[in-house]
Amino acid sequence: MQHQIIAAIIVSSIAFFLVFVITPFLIKALEKRNSVVKDYHRKGGAMVARPGGPSLIVGILISGIVLYAFFPKTEIIAILTTTALAFFVGLVDDKKVMGGWFKPLALAATAIPILLLGVYDSDLSFPLFGDVKIPLLYLGVVVIMISITGNTINSIDVLNGVASGFMVIAGSALTISLIILQNYEVAIASLMLVFASLAFYKYHKFPSKIFPGDSGALTLGAMYGAIAIVGQVEVVAAIALGPAIINSFLFLSSMKRIVEHREIKAKPVSLTEDFKLKATSDKDASVTLVRLILAGGRPLTEKEIGYVIFRLTIFSGILAIITAFMMEISL
Amino acid sequence: MSGSSIFVFIFAMWILIIIGGGISVLILAPIEISGYSEFDLIISSAIKAVVSIGLVVAWIFILSKVKNWIFRSQLKV
Repeated sequence: MQHQIIAAIIVSSIAFFLVFVITPFLIKALEKRNSVVKDYHRKGGAMVARPGGPSLIVGILISGIVLYAFFPKTEIIAILTTTALAFFVGLVDDKKVMGGWFKPLALAATAIPILLLGVYDSDLSFPLFGDVKIPLLYLGVVVIMISITGNTINSIDVLNGVASGFMVIAGSALTISLIILQNYEVAIASLMLVFASLAFYKYHKFPSKIFPGDSGALTLGAMYGAIAIVGQVEVVAAIALGPAIINSFLFLSSMKRIVEHREIKAKPVSLTEDFKLKATSDKDASVTLVRLILAGGRPLTEKEIGYVIFRLTIFSGILAIITAFMMEISL
Repeated sequence: MSGSSIFVFIFAMWILIIIGGGISVLILAPIEISGYSEFDLIISSAIKAVVSIGLVVAWIFILSKVKNWIFRSQLKV
């Protein structure tokens, strides 16, 4: 156990330190190359550097290699490979505007290392009721899981600090759940994700100095999904992602098709004169988590909405941890 | 509090996941096909896949109804 604790401290420190140190250099480099986008929700429409994915992937890969040095397990290789592939998918989407189907399909392909390395258990575990054996069907679960987690994190990345802050909370719940289920090595990989996200949050929180972009959001989401599969905590992981899943569910059920946000002309929220956000009454606009938070209430600042999302994520995280305890009980 | 109905929806979704998981285990686990030698696994997996898709569709349908009920005032925005 002492070995695991030392590894956890070293690996999470490296992940945090690298992202914390590299990100300011990345911001300067991106600003120099004019790789900036307008933050429409901010007074004066500040230009913000994008994408932040490169600093996240460097922090995650280097700390992941150190984790592999402590525990040379194929599971860690699978998590890192899938994460790196998802980063490249996001980078392509950052550089070139791709269609709505590109990300789900390309992300599905990033699950191939998990399948090839065979680091999954085809028994899907449910709380209270036990396992169900789905040997061939589980291959589909692996592919869909990475695609869903990557895209849900990407779709919640609409406000300053939300994607990275969300991942700190959901990742912490996943880490605690993995510890409860005594899957310590994968729990350390999850902790690495939490600390990389935490360091990035420092620059992503309101007012953002950098946006993660697709490369950052897909890196975080795909890594989360890979950890869920390799750690055999698929159901727990899905519960911890509650607000992001609701956001995607509301969006898809209102739009009735897979479509990129940028393709939709009608806006779900609008800005007030004092730069607060309020829900629009446009029937053609998508229903999103932010629109629901604002619907029927007073306009809120971007920071206030972020905190509401974080409270929802903490609630989901608590439910996920309760679920992890329930995994140990069989009716 | 802002988003209080969303807390209710998250809780409802959690309950639906627990119940849905239980139903999946009770329905899918006993499906075992034998007598087709090397095709046993493929046939039982195909049946499980069809049943699973049906369960997921039913789950999404119920979640949609729950969503409409919980957010009936907000969805009129």
